[in-house]
Amino acid sequence: MTLTKRIIPCIDVDVDEDGNAAVYTGVQFEDLEYTGDPVEMAKEYNEAGADEFTFLDITASAEGRETMLDVVEQVADEVFIPLTVGGGIRTVEDIKETLRAGADKVSINTGAIERPELITEGATAFGNQCILLSVDARRRFDEAGEHYVQIDGESAWFEATIHGGRTGTDLDVLEWVREAEERGAGEMFINSIDKDGTKDGYDLPLMEAVSDAVSTPVIASSGCGHPRHMLEVFEAGADAALAASIFHFDEYTIQETKEYLDDHGVPVRL
Amino acid sequence: MVLDYGLGNLRSVTRGLERAGATVRIVDDPEAIQSADGVILPGVGAFGDGMENAGPFREALLEAAAAGQPILGICLGMQMLLTTSEEADRAGQGDVTGLDLVPGRNVKFRGDLKIPHMGWNELDVKRSHPVIEGIDGGYAYFVHSYYGVPEDTDSILVTSEYGVEFPAVIANEAGNVIGTQFHPEKSGEIGLRLLKNFVAFAADA
Repeated sequence: MTLTKRIIPCIDVDVDEDGNAAVYTGVQFEDLEYTGDPVEMAKEYNEAGADEFTFLDITASAEGRETMLDVVEQVADEVFIPLTVGGGIRTVEDIKETLRAGADKVSINTGAIERPELITEGATAFGNQCILLSVDARRRFDEAGEHYVQIDGESAWFEATIHGGRTGTDLDVLEWVREAEERGAGEMFINSIDKDGTKDGYDLPLMEAVSDAVSTPVIASSGCGHPRHMLEVFEAGADAALAASIFHFDEYTIQETKEYLDDHGVPVRL
Repeated sequence: MVLDYGLGNLRSVTRGLERAGATVRIVDDPEAIQSADGVILPGVGAFGDGMENAGPFREALLEAAAAGQPILGICLGMQMLLTTSEEADRAGQGDVTGLDLVPGRNVKFRGDLKIPHMGWNELDVKRSHPVIEGIDGGYAYFVHSYYGVPEDTDSILVTSEYGVEFPAVIANEAGNVIGTQFHPEKSGEIGLRLLKNFVAFAADA
């Protein structure tokens, strides 16, 4: 009897030309492909045994945001597992609206980098458990970092980026997650710009370094192409593994993934 | 009836109870408690804030408990059923007194563990009670850094394990006041089962 590792399907939600919410799946934060209706997908994943859901709002407009909150409400009414919503959250008011719509946690990236106090304010107002720090990490092989790991014989550090990896910040991810933890972030949601959409596995050196740096739970994201990759990232110290395309395109079901993990000694909720 | 004392996401617990067949009213008026078949004390956040926000409900809740009305505390709402919490001591809020419906203390997880204890964990039923029928061996969703330790071990109905075996469901001696450390409204079928049991229990009481 022990705490199980969590398997989390993630959907990127945008607004289509008719103004309806739709799920898209991307490769390295670009080349989006239409995947389905968010509420229907959430229901299916709930029935398939997902441990949580994550919705990322990839619309940028205020109109898109309203649509998104509407989708969150519809999902929260149907599905009785934890729901995380991220994308575009900049203020305590944004956090409040998202939680009120039925999200259990919000994931904050750019908003926290621009103003780290947002983490403190959100954690104080709503509790640490609902504030996830989302990090889009990128490997850098220069000398500007603070904490280095060895990757294929080279010394690398991880930089926190914003705007889907297009803008660097020179902020060292390991420093950033420690600061966020002190400020009250209850969980770390770690994406990898280098691995996103590659399907050749999570960024294991990154996930291991972050898991060692903080004592809050770590959700690994980006790069999953096979249940084996989840096994690897759990061995590296992650507490939850997020995946999109392997589930969306029915390459593996959640049940198959969990059975594979169970066969390899990983505690999962079957 | 779900008490709204300014904390937490009430949407899921409301929908869960509705699915269990209940007519749900969200109330912020302590006097409304008396007319309910059952009362839900939800909760997310810190012990001190929770007790402060729940302050106006205190007397009405104590009266309802003494009168045998079914009360279900969820997560922080369970912790508030106990007497004190280390959390309030650590936060420098001194002696914040809980409802003391189940005498005991809330303590923090110790040792080399990730905090909060977040995720799905297995339930081990220790004692029988109508509210926990059919949940033994199931998984429930937890998110908390503190856990309640009732003085009387007979108050512990269900346990789970995270470094230490800790109470997952507790009840008072009369059995009408129940607390779940996990979130039944976030625990899929097992959680809905518990809510359904509570609704039936409240209807019969």
